[in-house]
Amino acid sequence: MKIDRRHFLVMLPAAAVAWKYVLAGTPEQSPNYTMTDHWWSMLIDIPKCIGCGNCVRACAAENDVPDGNFRTWVERYHVDDYHMENPEVISPDGGKEGFPVAQEDAGKYFFVPKMCNHCADSPCTQVCPVGATFVAPDGVVLVDQTYCLGCAYCVQACPYGCRYIHPTKRVADKCTLCYHRITKGLTTACCENCPAGARQLVDLKDPNDPIHAFLKTHHVQVLKPQMATGAKVFYNQLDGAVR
Amino acid sequence: MSRFKDVEHLYRFAFLFVVAFALFLVVRHFVVPKSFGEYGHYRGAAIAEIAAKPLRYAGHATCETCHADIAEAKMAGKHEHVNCEACHGPLQQHADDPSIQPAKLDTTVVCVRCHAASAAKPGGFPQIDPEQHAGGIACETCHKPHNGL
Amino acid sequence: MSGVEGYMYPNEINLIWSVLIVLYPYITGLVAGAFILASLVRIFNVKAVAPTYRLALLTALSFLIVAPLPLQLHLGHPERSPEMYFTPHATSAMAMFGFVYLWYLMAVLVFEIWLDYRRDIVLLSQTSTGWLRVLYRIMTLGSDNISPRSLAIDDRVGWIVTLVGIPSAFILHGYVGFIFGSIKANPWWNSPLMPVVFIFSAMVSGIAAVMLLYIVTTKLRKLAIDMACVDTIAMYLFYMFIIDFSLEMLDLIHRIYEADESFRSLDFMVHTRLFFSQIVLQLLLGTMVPIILLAITQVTKLPAIVRLRIYVTAGCLVLIGIFAMRWNVVIGGQLFSKSFLGYTSYKMSLVTKEGLLVAIFLSILPLVILYGLQALLPPWPEHEHEAIHAAPAPAA
Repeated sequence: MKIDRRHFLVMLPAAAVAWKYVLAGTPEQSPNYTMTDHWWSMLIDIPKCIGCGNCVRACAAENDVPDGNFRTWVERYHVDDYHMENPEVISPDGGKEGFPVAQEDAGKYFFVPKMCNHCADSPCTQVCPVGATFVAPDGVVLVDQTYCLGCAYCVQACPYGCRYIHPTKRVADKCTLCYHRITKGLTTACCENCPAGARQLVDLKDPNDPIHAFLKTHHVQVLKPQMATGAKVFYNQLDGAVR
Repeated sequence: MSRFKDVEHLYRFAFLFVVAFALFLVVRHFVVPKSFGEYGHYRGAAIAEIAAKPLRYAGHATCETCHADIAEAKMAGKHEHVNCEACHGPLQQHADDPSIQPAKLDTTVVCVRCHAASAAKPGGFPQIDPEQHAGGIACETCHKPHNGL
Repeated sequence: MSGVEGYMYPNEINLIWSVLIVLYPYITGLVAGAFILASLVRIFNVKAVAPTYRLALLTALSFLIVAPLPLQLHLGHPERSPEMYFTPHATSAMAMFGFVYLWYLMAVLVFEIWLDYRRDIVLLSQTSTGWLRVLYRIMTLGSDNISPRSLAIDDRVGWIVTLVGIPSAFILHGYVGFIFGSIKANPWWNSPLMPVVFIFSAMVSGIAAVMLLYIVTTKLRKLAIDMACVDTIAMYLFYMFIIDFSLEMLDLIHRIYEADESFRSLDFMVHTRLFFSQIVLQLLLGTMVPIILLAITQVTKLPAIVRLRIYVTAGCLVLIGIFAMRWNVVIGGQLFSKSFLGYTSYKMSLVTKEGLLVAIFLSILPLVILYGLQALLPPWPEHEHEAIHAAPAPAA
């Protein structure tokens, strides 16, 4: 998402103020940020993804994601002709160091970045016994890690496999849509670092967001629509073989 | 009174429940965090805490406030939409304190990650076989990454 | 076959619910089943099994005391578990746990045991010495009224508690089935039959456990086993088993017939990674063999010693088989990928807090507690005061 210089000069003092609060130890959002003005989501453009793994590395660096766990990962599909029920899928270390070179053959290849879908009717928040995970008023599904018991029920309830139990904190962890960035007017770490523009942060409540024009002119899908989770991550040209 | 005498022990048992419940209500009042329920069935203060996590990536707009010249050059080339930190890594630390210099990139690694040819990558994307194309020479020998040529 | 085969979502590769989560429903199942056996005496007037009444209640209590331990050991932050009491999330079946557990412990089991033993407790508080005397005195709650009328009232109230206890036992164990059965993300678990299957397999395991405990403790006390009692228990075990078996077959046939998107993946899993625990342990040794053995005792006349051996064999196989069933549900549900494209394996550790040694310890602990309880509150028929159990108290 490109922010022009004027827009940025407005955001900069806000970001600086927020950062001062952080340094002072008092948690605070950007003072200009009103939760109910936003309904966050993401658009993933499959034909653009080159499987470089930049997003996986960036997310891990931004959010201290422990090795072996993934807040986002990339899958590579190989679909042989019309056999959509039997794709070959690999995700070596989540795609963090990219993928091995593929040889041209009769099938087709494509990459599918995966992440938390920040479901509007999220099954993970439904099953949390204490209210440690929740859908924030701006549409982001978050985990309160000082309240979480680590029972892992939410991990079981997520149809997409995007949650995990943090090995040292022993609580549930997952993609936060870089909440600490988007509330300051920045974009997520994965979107910032995608060289191909395959991932775009989306604010569905913003009438000027390009997503609205995009949705009007493209065919998009969500993962596992039959689960009726209200998934908000939209995929452009998602193949039927994708699980 | 003889009737009550014969059920009095039941009242004693019930009394245990009453005491336990009263104790529960008292403890609950002190233990449940104050912001719980503010926006829904969760601790409202958690939202601000999560929003206050530290930044590692500065975002390209921050880079451009100082490195405007490179930004201009990039805008003219193929890497227009490739943000600075996509190659240079997280630079918030450097943005806060410019005296902290990030490590110089090894182009034989950074460029190859995207541009190594694979049948899996979209056809229109510029890709080469690093061995055949460069035979081990650093990419920047011939290419200017900030111009994307 | 071990390691990852095919494709698993990266976060799915390591299992998160361990053998302790297998143990928890097994334990609450034994609680519910033992209680149902006790209710046969109290509510359904099956006088033949009266010798096991108090033993069943103490067994249920021993296992119930241990039940929260596997959960506490599993939690990442057990010190935060009181949050389930203070801010339970109404949409989560797991949030029910604290309340259902406390209700069942205090308002059903402890209450019923107290009412049934009250005369003995008062007498013991007067005849014992030392710290035991103090303990019994506390247990009397300061009342030493054991007049016939108060005991008759106790009996009536106890009858009501047992009546309430039956659905309470179903909820105590059935909600666990719902915890699994309501997860749409997991097709191995997702089924409306799950709570029902859990309850019936619980009854089977609980009844078998009390039967075995009765046989073993009677032998240890060098007394004659009441064959009418054991024959009746075995009969109920057999009928419960028929129902349980039918339910499991219904689930299986339904899955095979419908063959939805998950079927091929689950079918492969059952034939490979789950073969020993599902086909061999649960189905053959844990269900088919005991049912056939018990059926033989139901339709033919066999000498007591042969029947006893069959009951003991069937009982042990049942306990193993129902444990295998819990294993297959919990572990099986995590062995396959939600992408239906791959499988992983469960690496059960030995000495960690969720490892095998802890599981074995937690399985033995209830028996240790039972040993203590039976010393404190002897459940043996020869100690029981004259029966006002098998029938409701006459109206005052």
